[in-house]
Amino acid sequence: MIKIKFTLIFIGLLLFSINGFGSDNNCLNCHLDWESEEGSAAKYARDIHSQKGLGCTECHGGDPSLDDMDDVRNSKGYRGVPNHLEVPDFCARCHADAAYMHEHNPSLPVDQLAKYKTSVHGQRLFARKDKKVANCISCHSVHEIGTGQMPYSSTHPTNLPATCGECHADKEYMAEYDIPTDQLEKYRSSVHGQALLQRGDLGAPACNDCHGNHGAAPPGVASLAAVCGVCHALEAELFAISPHAEAYRENDFPMCETCHSNHDIIKPYDEMIGAVGSAVCTNCHSADDGTIGLSTADSILVSINNLVQAHAQAKRRLNEAIYKGMMTTDEEFLLKEVDQTLIQARTLVHSFNMDSVAPKARAGIAKADTIIANAAGLINEYYFRRKGLGVATLIITFLAIMLYRKIRKIESR
Amino acid sequence: MNDNNSRRDFLSWLTGLGSLAFLGSIFYPVYKFLIPPESTEAIVSQVKLPFTRSEIEGDEKKAKTFKFGRTLGLIILTGEGELKAMAATCTHLDCTVQHRPDLEIIWCSCHNGRYDLDGKNISGPPPRPLEKYVVNEIKGEIFVSKETT
Amino acid sequence: MDGFQSGPIKNSYKWLDERLKINALIEYMGSKEVPRHSHSIFYYLGGITLFLFIVQVITGILLLMYYRPGADSAYESVKFIVSEVSFGWLIRSIHSWSANLMILAAFFHMFTVFFTRAYRKPRELTWYTGMGLLALSMTFGFSGYLLPWNELAFFATRVGTGMAGAIPVIGDFLMVIMRGGEEVTGATIGRFFGLHVAILPLLTTGLLTMHLIFVQRQGMSEPMHWAGKKREEKKFMKFFPNFLYRDALVWLVALNILALLAVIFPDGISVIHWPLGEKADPFAPPPPVIRPEWYFMFAFQALKMFPPHIWFIEGELFGIIIFGFGGLIWMLIPLLDRGASENKPSKLVMTFGAFVILFIVVMTIVGYLVE
Repeated sequence: MIKIKFTLIFIGLLLFSINGFGSDNNCLNCHLDWESEEGSAAKYARDIHSQKGLGCTECHGGDPSLDDMDDVRNSKGYRGVPNHLEVPDFCARCHADAAYMHEHNPSLPVDQLAKYKTSVHGQRLFARKDKKVANCISCHSVHEIGTGQMPYSSTHPTNLPATCGECHADKEYMAEYDIPTDQLEKYRSSVHGQALLQRGDLGAPACNDCHGNHGAAPPGVASLAAVCGVCHALEAELFAISPHAEAYRENDFPMCETCHSNHDIIKPYDEMIGAVGSAVCTNCHSADDGTIGLSTADSILVSINNLVQAHAQAKRRLNEAIYKGMMTTDEEFLLKEVDQTLIQARTLVHSFNMDSVAPKARAGIAKADTIIANAAGLINEYYFRRKGLGVATLIITFLAIMLYRKIRKIESR
Repeated sequence: MNDNNSRRDFLSWLTGLGSLAFLGSIFYPVYKFLIPPESTEAIVSQVKLPFTRSEIEGDEKKAKTFKFGRTLGLIILTGEGELKAMAATCTHLDCTVQHRPDLEIIWCSCHNGRYDLDGKNISGPPPRPLEKYVVNEIKGEIFVSKETT
Repeated sequence: MDGFQSGPIKNSYKWLDERLKINALIEYMGSKEVPRHSHSIFYYLGGITLFLFIVQVITGILLLMYYRPGADSAYESVKFIVSEVSFGWLIRSIHSWSANLMILAAFFHMFTVFFTRAYRKPRELTWYTGMGLLALSMTFGFSGYLLPWNELAFFATRVGTGMAGAIPVIGDFLMVIMRGGEEVTGATIGRFFGLHVAILPLLTTGLLTMHLIFVQRQGMSEPMHWAGKKREEKKFMKFFPNFLYRDALVWLVALNILALLAVIFPDGISVIHWPLGEKADPFAPPPPVIRPEWYFMFAFQALKMFPPHIWFIEGELFGIIIFGFGGLIWMLIPLLDRGASENKPSKLVMTFGAFVILFIVVMTIVGYLVE
């Protein structure tokens, strides 16, 4: 009897001690029970802060050992839930503190708040107390914050356009602001959008690569070429020394955007340059505008088209040879070189100068001509083999006839 | 009789000639087949470059491309006089990369992708490094081969 | 010694005879005769098969000069042969064509022997060695097919060896031995190569020698309806030189046909083709249609058509058993058709043979029609 009593008391004490006595994070005990599976407490396990060992009270303050909500609210240091306008400062309490961040992740920058204050979002939030504008948690989510490298994170490049689009593509939400809401749609159909969202090419830009993330703002007219030029360096370089650079600066035309647009950037096609009505050149130039603009554009188009045709013909001839079963590795190599030359010639368009484009096109055409000649040689070889066969057949047929005559002769005896 | 004889002789002679031609049409291809072609190896695990070190030095970009099996290779001369070779196709969208001795990098002009001189991708879109090759200089000739893991 | 006009040949003969006493042998061979009747033409089929085999040996040895077995070198070496080596395309093309034609000729040869019941006593051994040779040639075909290590071959071999795995009891063991592992890899190339250039040639040489000696010793089989006829009622031609000249003519024509096919259709015709294509990639998805070589197609297709289960036995297994049984009957036909040696006609045997041909032809065609 005594033994049983002791065991019961012992078990009771054990249960009591497990149940919250000396626990570090009482918050979760209740909040997990009360909230749904999509509630903050349940989501928090995924959060980067949770993985770094930070609990609820590191942000929300209070005493984590308490298990009564009123006690917690009244405890020392309790910060509670910040409102929309308080969020940036709330996060910056740690994230702008270099010494504190040094203890947890020394490589993380601590200038996000400063940048945010220069952004359109930041300016509207702080100066105009705009509660609709984006703050930290609008983009990073809350309680399930992931780093930009984590594929499920709202700030991962493949998710980012949709994150920005939650406000910026919502026509009703953005009604009072004087900006379009079709950027996301345009971006999705653009070369960059397709590369990033459909092919998963992380080399393609998401919204933040051109607009910045914490310091988000549209690139200014003057800086657009620099922004595009981060990746399209050669085109930017060529453009900067072309006659267009100064003309655009004087007229305040946004550099790349003028011809290529900004969000709905499509794959450029050769006929964008030229003197006919559908070419972008005619948006500014006319035949009698006193410049060599249109005539240069026309010459460039002709040059490129010649190269394109030479390439197409080389490919056709080569395929003929391949189809006839001839081996064409060397010529296939050369064709790849012609492909490269075509890319280079198209890039050189941005110099708007025949002196650069023409020699490149000529070099490509020369290579294409070599391919065409070689392919012809291979096809000749194919016919030569058949002729050889014909000769061998004649010899054999002749011998067969002789043999047949011999047989007839010996059998007629 | 003589006519018949001479006709028979002629046909015999012709048959003999035909037989020789027949044998020739068999042995000639076999003979040519057995003579090794110029590129003696089937697998390209190694190539001998058709140019010398001084020719690479003479190039303005201190680099040359070469055929390596089905792929294009790039060989460069570094500032320290070392020859390094790697695949020449950018791992982003397959443009041909080039040596930039002024920046001491391998550069892809298509989207400003950058690799260090060992082919490691260091900046821009390229997701993977360029495959490295091994360079051997023997009696003035340059041999490039794949790395054996 | 009629037929040998030139002096040098007579002198060489005398030289050999003085040392090896070949006169008796030559006299014996000189007295050989070949029956002449309405179906005499079938006598050439064995020779055609032999001719094509000789072509295979020669072109095979030539290919061996450049072919390198191994997952990293096989495909590249074949590509090299076809594109860089002078006449390499021709040698390879002839080798592929001759392989297929040889097996076709072997089948024709076997069927004509079957329907003329030439396997009857005393020629049972010739039949048995012949069946062995057929099995060897089909194994030659199967092993050779993998050697270029291209997509086509890789998947066909994977399926083919996989079917071996369906044989009861020994199936899995057999499959692993064939593949040189659990999967088809470079190790499989090694095995098939050793099989193709060493083991099979050795066995074939042995069986072929026996087969030819038997034919030489016993002469050509006479048709059944000659039984009981007197010598004067039967027509013959001398083996040397008449039949030999005719055989040479047939071989010459066969060579020409081979050359025509090799040059005009270097990669085969229609569904029976062997373009080099792409290198094998074990991780790539299999192509939509995987086909074995045409001489296996009938078995492949028939096995596919068995229902998944018959009684308690798995369908495929049942099919293998049926095939094994049928093959056994076919192989042992000299034993089972005793009536043939007594010249008794047998509707059963003829019907069985017709059924087998029909089955093979129909299944092969169906196999190609069905995707």
